[in-house]
Amino acid sequence: MNNIGVDVMETKEKKEKVPRQKMPEQDPKVRITNFQEVPYGYSEETAIMEAKRCIQCKKPACIAGCPVDVKIPEFIKEIAEGNFIGAAKILKETNSLPAVCGRVCPQEDQCEKTCIIGKKGEPVAIGRLERFAADYERNSGKISVPVVAKSNGKKVAIAGAGPAGLTIAGDLIKLGYEVTVFEALHKAGGVLVYGIPEFRLPKAIVEAEVEGLRQLGVKIETNYVIGRTKTIDELLEEGYQAVFIGVGAGAPVFMNIPGENLIGIYSANEYLTRSNLMKAYLFPEYDTPIVRGKKVAVIGGGNVAMDSVRTALRLGAERAMIIYRRTEVEMPARIEEVHHAQEEGVEFLMLTAPVEYVGNQDGWVTGMKCIKMELGEPDASGRRSPKPIKGSEYMIDVDTVVVAVGTVANPIVPATTKGLETNKWGYIVAKDESGLTSREGIYAGGDIVTGAATVILAMGAGRKSAKAIHEYLSNK
Amino acid sequence: MNKILENTKLSEQVVKMVFEAPVIAQKRKAGQFIILKIDEKGERIPLTIVDSDAQKGTVTIIYQIVGKTTAQLSMLKTGDVLQDVQGPLGNPTEIENFGRVVCVGGGVGVGVVYPLAVALKKAGNEVISIIGSRTKDLLILEEEMKKVSDRLIVCTDDGSYGFHGFVSVALQQVIDEGNKIDHVFAIGPVPMMKVLCDVTKPHGIKTVVSLNSIMVDATGMCGACRVSVGGKTKFTCVDGPEFDGHEVDFKLLSDRLKTYCESERVAYEQHRCGCDGN
Repeated sequence: MNNIGVDVMETKEKKEKVPRQKMPEQDPKVRITNFQEVPYGYSEETAIMEAKRCIQCKKPACIAGCPVDVKIPEFIKEIAEGNFIGAAKILKETNSLPAVCGRVCPQEDQCEKTCIIGKKGEPVAIGRLERFAADYERNSGKISVPVVAKSNGKKVAIAGAGPAGLTIAGDLIKLGYEVTVFEALHKAGGVLVYGIPEFRLPKAIVEAEVEGLRQLGVKIETNYVIGRTKTIDELLEEGYQAVFIGVGAGAPVFMNIPGENLIGIYSANEYLTRSNLMKAYLFPEYDTPIVRGKKVAVIGGGNVAMDSVRTALRLGAERAMIIYRRTEVEMPARIEEVHHAQEEGVEFLMLTAPVEYVGNQDGWVTGMKCIKMELGEPDASGRRSPKPIKGSEYMIDVDTVVVAVGTVANPIVPATTKGLETNKWGYIVAKDESGLTSREGIYAGGDIVTGAATVILAMGAGRKSAKAIHEYLSNK
Repeated sequence: MNKILENTKLSEQVVKMVFEAPVIAQKRKAGQFIILKIDEKGERIPLTIVDSDAQKGTVTIIYQIVGKTTAQLSMLKTGDVLQDVQGPLGNPTEIENFGRVVCVGGGVGVGVVYPLAVALKKAGNEVISIIGSRTKDLLILEEEMKKVSDRLIVCTDDGSYGFHGFVSVALQQVIDEGNKIDHVFAIGPVPMMKVLCDVTKPHGIKTVVSLNSIMVDATGMCGACRVSVGGKTKFTCVDGPEFDGHEVDFKLLSDRLKTYCESERVAYEQHRCGCDGN
């Protein structure tokens, strides 16, 4: 046993003084030269120390902040007692992807935001503890396989193997359903494999979580584009009794400004898919190429923009810029990601927006005309809306641009499914939290319903639809 | 996993491959394509479906050896497998009885225009086909095209076989003969398609082209394949692959196709060195 842990337990006063434990990280100068994960994770000692900061509230506010109701104090208690495998087991009762959530959930806006310890000081590092327990279990080789009910012979199809689809697959297989997940790409994981970079979420972790589902009996059909390879109605005709649509908000948004189709201008989706899913950062060992720009501008201020700009640095950019039309306060990216980007030397050009791209004879982008902005009155989102300052245009030299200003619904599934109601933005309309659509037996959840949101919200949606489908098919 | 049943050279650079893909074989319509990825480290490349057999569950593609991936593809043997095949993708060709149609194919584009000619003939059209290549040895699918065409004109750039000249010149002659042409389908290298569109435009003949943009996911997710059609940005993968040729910005298409020239050269050279070494 470590001495620090024993000391901390001695008196209540001392216990409160233990600060929130930091995770050691790769040095910024080193990490921009590789794609390995930035934080190393807690050691056993640090994890126990952090876990002991939790005061085990009788009425835990943290759980209420979690979209999938993880039994937070319970799993933390196990860590505090050194029972790491036990902690992972509790996590997996309600969360099928704990190693992922421990890394990419915005805990500061969820469980950690409502943590009582956080009222006076810094909240318990719930996310880091979740990550620790999940990693410990995976690395131990003693992965617990949840109990699966006897097959009830009822078939459910799931379109999309992203966070929502994988969650509902895990939930329904445990209840005894025959579950098949249809994934358009060649690898399961959705945004976890094509979008989030290796340095933030190692792909081996996603693969392990997907493999876990396969072992439970979930069938995963890759290269299967619902709406093209088969339609939802064809799946229903083939004997699937319910379908869940979790295809994400996959279509990129461009700004429709002059020159946007010049070579070297990417959507964030393309840039990240090349780098992450296709491993273009390992070209020519892997066959997919990517433009390794020296002067890279990323348009946008969300997590996807941060992922893109940090990828650009790792691909060798000498100047990597975030171009955002509001200020740092309004940026939707997680503070941690912004912080990491700043440490790595990313330039933040705030109150700036591109208005035009210029290129050379061969069609390559060479420059970006920007305009300065100022903040006006708050808009519908509550953020102060940016207004251009007349005559403030200026040029920035660039050789690569990544447009990360959001995504919209991919129309393939709605367009090929009769009677499936969508709203004016093309997102599928769900009646309530169950995800039930305008068609009986067809449910939807995640970004295709809400628009681009987070991994954990999509997982929460999958969880709720699992319950609803179980009720629906139990009464059928 | 998709088992390869045939992988034979039609000419020095053009190869025909038949592989198992039962679901795609049942579903595919003329004009649609697949995405193929050979192995774990492979890239995703789009290839038009040339033919399919729903009963046998097979799909046929024709590809030209232009770089590392296609060279690697050409070395696979019967019984080998393709790790990933996704499809059918893109919108099917709008096939109807237009009346008299001309199907023009250049180089490996003959493989792409062939299924269209089949479908157009079946729909009751009078099909005039013009196919061409640089030289006689590179010509493909002559017999197949002859079977589905009411009239076939074969062209070679060097005059080694058939009509001596470009397919665009042959098309101009067909128009000049005074035949009323209701629709043209033109598929081949970008410069060829551009010239064909220039030929038909003054006569107001609707001309459909099939574009071979660079793609990654091919489901509308990435925008790599964006093209400008009638001044609007379209995605070849989900809005195409066929567009009104008179509206397409061919310069942009041609520029964007060159994006990875240098990388492709590096990869191909490494591949060839590797092959020599073995």
